[in-house]
Amino acid sequence: MANPGGGAVCNGNLHNHKKQSNGSQSGNCRKNGIIKEDQQNGKPHCYKQIVESFEEPPLHVMVFTYLGYGIGTLFGHFRDFLRKCGIEKCNTAIEREKQRDFVPLYQDFENFYTRNLYMRIRDNWNRPICSAPGPQFDIMERVSDDYNWTFRFTGRTIKDVINMGSYNFLGLAARYDESMRTIKEVLEVYGTGVSSTRQEMGTLDKHKELEDLVAKFLNVEAAMVFGMGFATNSMNIPALVGKGCLILSDELNHASLVLGARLSGATIRVFKHNNSQNLEMLLKDAVIYGQPRTHRAWKKILILVEGIYSMEGSILHLPQIVALKNKYKAYLYIDEAHSIGAVGPTGRGVVDFFGMDPREIDVLMGTFTKSFGAAGGYIAGRKDLVDYLRANSHSAAYATSMSPPISEKIITSIKFLMGDDGSTQGLQRIQQLAKNTRYFRKKLSEMGFIVYGNEKSPVVPVLLYMPGKVAAFARSLLQKKIGVVVVGFPATPLAEARARFCISAAHTRKNLNTVLEALDEIGDLLQLKYSRHRKSMRREPYEETSFELDD
Amino acid sequence: MDFRGVKGYFSWIYYQYQIISCCAVLEPWEQSMFNTILLTIFAMVVYTAYVFIPIHIRLAWEFFSKICGLHSTIYN
Repeated sequence: MANPGGGAVCNGNLHNHKKQSNGSQSGNCRKNGIIKEDQQNGKPHCYKQIVESFEEPPLHVMVFTYLGYGIGTLFGHFRDFLRKCGIEKCNTAIEREKQRDFVPLYQDFENFYTRNLYMRIRDNWNRPICSAPGPQFDIMERVSDDYNWTFRFTGRTIKDVINMGSYNFLGLAARYDESMRTIKEVLEVYGTGVSSTRQEMGTLDKHKELEDLVAKFLNVEAAMVFGMGFATNSMNIPALVGKGCLILSDELNHASLVLGARLSGATIRVFKHNNSQNLEMLLKDAVIYGQPRTHRAWKKILILVEGIYSMEGSILHLPQIVALKNKYKAYLYIDEAHSIGAVGPTGRGVVDFFGMDPREIDVLMGTFTKSFGAAGGYIAGRKDLVDYLRANSHSAAYATSMSPPISEKIITSIKFLMGDDGSTQGLQRIQQLAKNTRYFRKKLSEMGFIVYGNEKSPVVPVLLYMPGKVAAFARSLLQKKIGVVVVGFPATPLAEARARFCISAAHTRKNLNTVLEALDEIGDLLQLKYSRHRKSMRREPYEETSFELDD
Repeated sequence: MDFRGVKGYFSWIYYQYQIISCCAVLEPWEQSMFNTILLTIFAMVVYTAYVFIPIHIRLAWEFFSKICGLHSTIYN
């Protein structure tokens, strides 16, 4: 089908059943345009259209990206040579003169990329802020005199920068106001620190209240909370699986899941991102062939996935994965760090998004950092699972438990979302987030940017590709008083650098329009509008005919 | 984007070249060095093309016409 079919997609009306495959770049199983799948699994309330796109860029973009990296690498080698000769001062860590003949302590080549490419554009990361991360925040101004090796603060702050980078989906991370009065009271009674672990003397009644509330919110039997979200994953997966078990993990899983899986000692097999056919193939092999040499059955098979993947913006294909897990008798662990509170009609995460029963998922994990304005993580599921974790988790045994004011903040946020105080403000925020997401994503694709992910996910990655453009993009947006997070090589594939926008319910339409105008301008200046589905490309014929009709 | 005439257009093209080839993130002396090398290579290519391409075309034309000419004299 010729390309004008793409126009039907970009005016926001995605009810056409067309699989777009641009012939020049197809031939791999990566989705190459707008794909729509119908989820028919017999239950009418589970019917859900998943619309996600991972468009491939034109060929010249990839050529230029690799060219740019090639030139950067050449200059990197040249500068390394100068440093080694002593012509230039070396600012990174090197061994002392006396220890030059010892076994090398610092791996020169591994840090090549950091030293030569990342350092040049380092001013776009680690920017210190000095206010609450609400929809607008203040950034401390800093300059570098020696090309980003050292920074100094000028003393000024850049005020009212629009915040498109913080994970503040519902706008609950804000300065103190009257609704946080209970947190002040808890601070007065309990103080700040707990000074103990859960298993010793660190279990407060606030934790019990919070855990009951989390279980009620998620509609499961029980939950347990931990002080740190990363530690929730990395310390609890080893408690659930061990040697002789199999972990099937998505290829784009977060570092905490990967660390937990590796620490557990189980065998890890990776399946292609969000691809249930690949997962089914791996499950079949696992069930048929068993463990590698002995061919005994696996003790447990655990599937590790995330609700929303933060670098891609894609939402998990939950119904298919649950169907697979039931068929092959595996266990499912979902990390809802980015999806709890952010998707679903009532904000209860990806399970709510698909209208499924939370009892079908064995381990529900999530964090309170993103949507609840606090810190920490939880694991929820059946009561015997949670009781087992209370006794056997490393985090419960060794890590300090959650601080009381933070627990109270989460309690307040959850009650706000559930509407316990009688108001519907929580539900309004969730709907506002959905509206903002829809508007922002629609406008971005109309403008012609390549945007990854599901159309309903509040994490919006816009692809930039070239390293020079990444730096120019972040710096120009900061000059226009918009703060964004750009992500480059180690966190994303080499050639796919991107800018990641996080929409918040606290963003007003005016904020979003300011950002969109700035993006339009910078997109034209830096030539970032690579998408083939631009609405403006269709508009011109109409304008011409309207001129003729005017005669 | 409206270009302020030819100069604006050229400065935009130069800017695009700089960000695509990572020159924008290099230090100024590295940029000058890279531009110098690139211009030198480009000048050498242009010079070689100017000196050698007409001669090669003329020789190739003679070679092929000789073959076709020989071909036609045999047939005659």
